[in-house]
Amino acid sequence: MANNISPVLLFASIIAAAQPLVFAAVGEMITEKSGVLNLGVEGMMIIGAIAGFATAVTTGSPLLGVLAAAIAGAALALVFGFLTQVLLANQVATGLALTMFGLGLAALIGQPFSGVKPPPFPKLDLAVISDLPVVGPLLFNHNLMVYFGLVLVALIWAFLTFTRTGLTLRAVGEDHDAAHALGYNVILIRLTAIAVGGAMAGMGGAYLSLVRVPQWTEGMTAGSGWIALAIVVFGTWRTWRVMLGAYLFGGVTILQLNMQIADITPLWLVVLALFLAAVSVTVRSFRSSAPASPWMIGLWFTTLLAGSIAIRHPVSIPTEYLNMAPYIATILVLVAMSADKLRANINAPASLGRVFHRTG
Amino acid sequence: MLTLEPRTAGPLRQVLTPVLAIVATMIAGGILFMLLGKNPVEAIKIIFVDPLFDAYSRSELLVKAAPLALIATGLSFGYRANVWNIGAEGQFILGAICGGAVGLAFYGIDGWFVLPLMAVAGMLGGFAWAMIPAFLRTRFNANEILVSLMLVYVATLLLSALVSGPLRDPDGFNFPESRQFHDSATLPILLQGTRVHIGIVIALLVSLVGWLVLQRHVFGFQIKLMGAAPRAAHFAGVSTNRMVYLCLGISGALAGLAGMFEAAGPVGQLVPSLPAGYGFTAIIVAFLGRLHPAGIILASLVLALTIIGGETAQYLLQVPKAAISVFQGMLLFFLLAFEIFTRFRLRRSGAGATA
Repeated sequence: MANNISPVLLFASIIAAAQPLVFAAVGEMITEKSGVLNLGVEGMMIIGAIAGFATAVTTGSPLLGVLAAAIAGAALALVFGFLTQVLLANQVATGLALTMFGLGLAALIGQPFSGVKPPPFPKLDLAVISDLPVVGPLLFNHNLMVYFGLVLVALIWAFLTFTRTGLTLRAVGEDHDAAHALGYNVILIRLTAIAVGGAMAGMGGAYLSLVRVPQWTEGMTAGSGWIALAIVVFGTWRTWRVMLGAYLFGGVTILQLNMQIADITPLWLVVLALFLAAVSVTVRSFRSSAPASPWMIGLWFTTLLAGSIAIRHPVSIPTEYLNMAPYIATILVLVAMSADKLRANINAPASLGRVFHRTG
Repeated sequence: MLTLEPRTAGPLRQVLTPVLAIVATMIAGGILFMLLGKNPVEAIKIIFVDPLFDAYSRSELLVKAAPLALIATGLSFGYRANVWNIGAEGQFILGAICGGAVGLAFYGIDGWFVLPLMAVAGMLGGFAWAMIPAFLRTRFNANEILVSLMLVYVATLLLSALVSGPLRDPDGFNFPESRQFHDSATLPILLQGTRVHIGIVIALLVSLVGWLVLQRHVFGFQIKLMGAAPRAAHFAGVSTNRMVYLCLGISGALAGLAGMFEAAGPVGQLVPSLPAGYGFTAIIVAFLGRLHPAGIILASLVLALTIIGGETAQYLLQVPKAAISVFQGMLLFFLLAFEIFTRFRLRRSGAGATA
């Protein structure tokens, strides 16, 4: 296994690893498009994970499990919706409460289910095509949830881009007062968007407990819900970019796991990142024909330094540091995406997080 | 038809809201336990009442409330100014790591200076960890909620890496934990036979100072202004960036101090299980205390009650540890829900309304 990672299998496993994030992030994007910031994704995911798991184990049907997860996620989301839309509660605080409540409730419900094996999830089985080299494992050998997720993302994209209702949803997110004045029911539209976001987060959770891991452990979401929130920012509230962002993060996780198995010094990744940054800075400075900046020289110097350290000391790094990768990557991505205010805000719903209070 | 009219709440409603929220949580929690096949009355009694009638539990109440009050006081500054530090848990862990590392560096050396040095290191650790989201928000406009929260996961992993690496007990049979702190690196006990330590006094002092700053100092005024009317604050010359640094810095330093107290007090060493969720619970404490220092002291006692009661319920009723966070989440839900009665007045209006 060491030093022998098949790229095809790697990509297949990235798709599998990223799927919960695709569900949760695209769901949250819909909610945010309607102008609501729901920080409770983590809570809705874990509730989906246990609801899906418990239902699948007791009924023996994983598909019923996914359905139950969607319902549970939506139900929890509607608690958030009721508080923030009807009772006008603070969205940040309510989202946090949702996460804490969800984590606790999932642990309570899940207590009898730890150590239980769920029924296997049905895979797409196309006999011949699945066995094709490269294309087979990459495209035709996933479980049904991956394809369902893809179809769902396409539908959501089409809904937001082409339909009148999608336009209304976005209008509510841009300016709830104007939408209200035009006669749209802002609260109802937002509640629907919140419920859809919750259902998708729930399905993402069910994917975790039924397909990805398949087992139930307390706190098994381990921050994916929060990462999903960051992915929405990364994807600048655009459906396909959000999905791409989810795959990127799935990639980070898988790469990190593979590095642990293959014993590659992660310092090489740092060297690579520094090298790419140095190249891009240099290319940019050539284009603008500006004099070499201290930044550029510093970057090249650090690249060389890190490279020589990596050659001289092939240290293996404790797994804890490697496990930090997805979280640090999230921070870096947030920084990179938010730094350019214009680009970051161009698609951000203008009413995001603002309380709508209907007067008169 | 019913409409909501904004109003300013009197002091009575400000106090009544948290009380109502606690009662509602007890009722809803009872129903939840009933659904899970446990005796609801017994469960509520174990969690909310029994700890009050046991001397050891009462002292433990103070032990658990002190870090909550410390962290929540710091957080309340930021929350008033709309600076959302959600990562106090991470700052708490860094405080424990830095304070603990200093204690271990002076291992076996007796001296009055060890504890103060540890406290300073703990505060600096928490402060530094909080400066990351502050810097990234002011310089790069990155959301401080997500950044500070991601840093919690990083801090947790850092702690477990350090206690199984550089800070591991050399005589500890490879267990991932540090040495036990020696006597002059351990917090003095205030009440013999309990774990009540000096940190409780400091928590009280901090909330007193917090109250003075909020009520009497221009910084407190600027915080309130920025939370209530950001544009007005801007025109009045309040620098948003400065406020972000200050709010995150204060809450980070206090969370770090709480972490150092926890390591040098009740726990007595660095272990991977040190982060017990105080940083997250303190968020609820801050809200339950209505972002007011005196309220926060009371709220920290209430939340400490749920922690201790939850621990008892864990082995008496066979519920998982996380069951406490169900109660804590519900408490925050009800609090936010009932807040509507302090902020708005229900009014009949439209057709058929009497003027």
